Amino acid sequence: MNKKYQLILLILVFLAVAGAVTWYLVAQNAAALPVLHPVGTIGEQERWLMIITVLLSAVVVIPVYFLLFIFAWKYRDTNPNAKHTYLPEWKHSRAAEIAWWLVPAIIIFIIAIITWRSSHTLDPYRPIHSSVPDMNIQVVALDWKWLFIYPDLGIASVNQLEFPEKTPLHFHLTADAPMNSFWIPRLGGQIYAMPGMDTQLFLIASSTGSFHGLSANISGNGFAGMNFTAKSDTPEEFSSWVEAVRQSPNHLTLSAYQDLAKPSEYQPVQYFSAVANGLFQDIVMKYMMPGVEKMFEASGTPSMSGMQMTGISSASASSTSRKTASSSGVSSSSAPGSVLETETSVQTGSSSSTTAQTVKPKMKPMNAGMPGMPMNMNE
Amino acid sequence: MNIFSLFGKLSWNVFPTNPIAIGGALTVVLSGVGILLLITFLGRWKWLYREWLTSLDPKRIGVMYIIVSFVMLFRGGVDAIMMRTQQITSVGASHGILSANHFQQVFSAHGSIMIFFVAMGLTFGIINVILPLQIGARDVAFPLLNSMSFWMFFGGAMLLNLSLVLGEFSTAGWLAYPPLSELYYSPGVGVDYWIWSLQIAGIGSLLSGLNFLITIFKMRAKGMTLMKMPVFVWSVLGAMSLVTFAFPILTVTLALLYLDRTIGTHFFTAGAGGNMMMYVNMIWAWGHPEVYILILPAFGVFSEIVPVFSRKRLAGYTSMVLSIFAIVFLSFIVWLHHFFTMGAGADVNAFFGIMTMVIAVPTGVKIFNWIFTMYRGHIRLMTPMLWFMGFVVLFTIGGVTGVLLGVPAADFQLHNSLFLVAHFHTMIVSGVLFGYFAGIMYWFPKIFGFKLNERLGNLSFWCWTIGFMGAFIPLYILGFMGATRRLDHYSTGLGWQPLFIVAGIGVAIIVLGVFFQLLQIIVSIKNRRKNKDTTGDPWDGRTLEWSTSSPAPFYNFAVLPVVKKRDDFWRVKMEREEGKEGEKPVYRPFEMPKNSATGLLIAFFAFLFGFGAVWHLWWLLILGLLGVVITAIVRISNDETHFTVTVEEIEKIESSRSHKQYA
Repeated sequence: MNKKYQLILLILVFLAVAGAVTWYLVAQNAAALPVLHPVGTIGEQERWLMIITVLLSAVVVIPVYFLLFIFAWKYRDTNPNAKHTYLPEWKHSRAAEIAWWLVPAIIIFIIAIITWRSSHTLDPYRPIHSSVPDMNIQVVALDWKWLFIYPDLGIASVNQLEFPEKTPLHFHLTADAPMNSFWIPRLGGQIYAMPGMDTQLFLIASSTGSFHGLSANISGNGFAGMNFTAKSDTPEEFSSWVEAVRQSPNHLTLSAYQDLAKPSEYQPVQYFSAVANGLFQDIVMKYMMPGVEKMFEASGTPSMSGMQMTGISSASASSTSRKTASSSGVSSSSAPGSVLETETSVQTGSSSSTTAQTVKPKMKPMNAGMPGMPMNMNE
Repeated sequence: MNIFSLFGKLSWNVFPTNPIAIGGALTVVLSGVGILLLITFLGRWKWLYREWLTSLDPKRIGVMYIIVSFVMLFRGGVDAIMMRTQQITSVGASHGILSANHFQQVFSAHGSIMIFFVAMGLTFGIINVILPLQIGARDVAFPLLNSMSFWMFFGGAMLLNLSLVLGEFSTAGWLAYPPLSELYYSPGVGVDYWIWSLQIAGIGSLLSGLNFLITIFKMRAKGMTLMKMPVFVWSVLGAMSLVTFAFPILTVTLALLYLDRTIGTHFFTAGAGGNMMMYVNMIWAWGHPEVYILILPAFGVFSEIVPVFSRKRLAGYTSMVLSIFAIVFLSFIVWLHHFFTMGAGADVNAFFGIMTMVIAVPTGVKIFNWIFTMYRGHIRLMTPMLWFMGFVVLFTIGGVTGVLLGVPAADFQLHNSLFLVAHFHTMIVSGVLFGYFAGIMYWFPKIFGFKLNERLGNLSFWCWTIGFMGAFIPLYILGFMGATRRLDHYSTGLGWQPLFIVAGIGVAIIVLGVFFQLLQIIVSIKNRRKNKDTTGDPWDGRTLEWSTSSPAPFYNFAVLPVVKKRDDFWRVKMEREEGKEGEKPVYRPFEMPKNSATGLLIAFFAFLFGFGAVWHLWWLLILGLLGVVITAIVRISNDETHFTVTVEEIEKIESSRSHKQYA
């Protein structure tokens, strides 16, 4: 193929791809392109940020493309004029040199200012200004599902997140599983949910709708099934949903939680009409050092040396699959040595506190079934 | 567990059980056995051992690096095809061809292989082949260490491939974030395979880095001051300084993770005071410089190709050098941009975001300088130049998407989505791979004495470029559609399947491109007499490697060149045109290192060590360690490591070559 036509072909391929992408992005409906059609101020600002950045970059990129193809065309050796234009010793032009250090630097300087400001205004931890008070939601990433606790309402749900529209949502996130990333593309950016950590995120939905939510960080076998529905409701819809949840016979006691925390894939939606007090904090704190020591005392093993010994021997339990390993971790929690009886009051979902019931399950502390602690595996 | 156990974690259950995995295992075993049988059948063992396996000639070591990289590219490519097939077929009620666990092994292996055993292998391969020639040296500073580095790389690759046959590979992704990669969540041997194949290859890379750094500082031809070095050498200098500072971090991180998994320490565990975020910081403190370790030498390759094919000097040499070191410096203070979503706070995120964007400035300067090298040139649009054009077109897209990802608040919406996957593939494929493909085409005649077929090279370029766009542009869109990476299944309503199918077609076109590359090599070998390079300078080159004959003799230069200017060979050619003939060369005897099996042996014992560490065969681990130490002691006790090349030999070799070296 003639070299000249190769250049034209390269330009055509590039234009065709650019055209196809543009057509596709325009032709798709809003729901299919959640990042580009967000519902809510956080997502909208993040989208504008992307658009501005791309436009500013275009100031540098478009000249690059033009120069590349014009030079390749004009100075190709098969061009009859090439002999006249050839300047083999041309190597430097101070003006040009300054231009291509300076122009990109100016563009980057502008983007840097935008970056600095947007990093602060769109900081996930920054509350959203609104006349409506925040709705608190605690998110726990489990193997492999999402648990949503509404601390102010005393209810919880699995893989179903509902909230009233135009209400700032204040998420606290943690994981009782490997690191996950919490993402509702139509509402806005994500944040990691990590064991032993409490991260925060503010989002808001400007209208009603049902959005896809998922985990963006690999967490094991059932990772692809960690989807949830994020539903933005009118206030009436939301109250009736809360009522529906409160009809659920299930209470999220500590033992119910421990059952729930066992690995499961493609978990269906589940509702809990009551939640153990301070459950979220317990889940965060179970990874902390003092808890571990308590556990050692309870199980009667000497602390650090015992840790290493059991660590080594647990390594020999090699061929156990992850599932069996973690379930044995949970079942070890019922081992007699580690039982500490605690009374846990459970807040019911009922709006009037008069009907509040107190469940007194017999259970040991949360940290007994702690993942990340191999010693559980050989009990 | 008994530390004296003879079989460690090995048992009869370690062999794969599902049909696809058995297919993989059989492919590895059969191709391995097939190669061994073929060599035996052809009676080439002695030749192979003498001429290649024990060779300390950096050109041969470089060729071996490139061959291993292509074999691993094949394996990583098969992984890619499996991933695409899974994501096309696993929609709604169907769960595709792979189980979730198998799919996760596949993408973990794909990433690890492509970075450590393809991109790194090509990087070191090209550097080995060309760097000593370009600085007018006969060898690298430490030839034996160089051979050892290669064999460590090979050992790591083999350990990784062994995971197909015995046991399993990691399911925790190519960087194995804890706590997923900790024993509790990954109790099998997969993560240990990952740790030790990277550890062994990584130590090889670290030693290589030091070796080339010292080679550049100590072995340059007389008169070649730093500012007279070719830009490829500068870029290698930059990349190798990165290796020297970054790879120790990787070594430590992997070692700590292994301790966590083996003796129950808690560096990165979820509980007991472990801190997984520390791991993520450490791995990226290595991981980001790693990206530049791969890309800088590729930039260097383009800095050689563009001037030669434009028949013009490189524009803005000083700018090019400055931009390399700006990149080197900045690449160490941007690692946090890989996890803006960890909640580090606005100030920290903004700092790392801005530093990330600042890198775009020196990178942009390099692109402008290459383009202005073409300005008023006499451009031959041959395949290496086409790779360059394709690189600029695609890499610029990668640059824009990179700036986009570098804005923390925008990254919140794009992080870990397929947009991110598309971005880094754009950087690594169009930057690193295209660069090295161009470099292989360009320097092939210097190593083998004949040019590669232009037409097939051209076809492979077009397949790669169009296939690349087909395979990765849809992923950018899928990112906007909210698709995250590493999903082995998704529901129908999301509408992702059509784009995955387009991406699959793109991959098929890339496969066609690889096919043309293989065909190109076969056809070129067949027609080698026709494409023979008799001049030593087939492209009208500018740098020292073109001043010696093709293929370059094992000692590179019969008389070491003396450099007066940048692009010194160009100067010599110009002076020759003006009628100034060089003096007749006067040969003097010199010493070259003898072949040695030490590197091969040390890597073999390191492999045993790694295998023992993976399967908890502590006796094998100790044996491997002892083997390494004893081999090293035996080598150190050997004083007869060099031989003298006499004047008669030089004259014999030089007169048999069609091209006379310039003096």
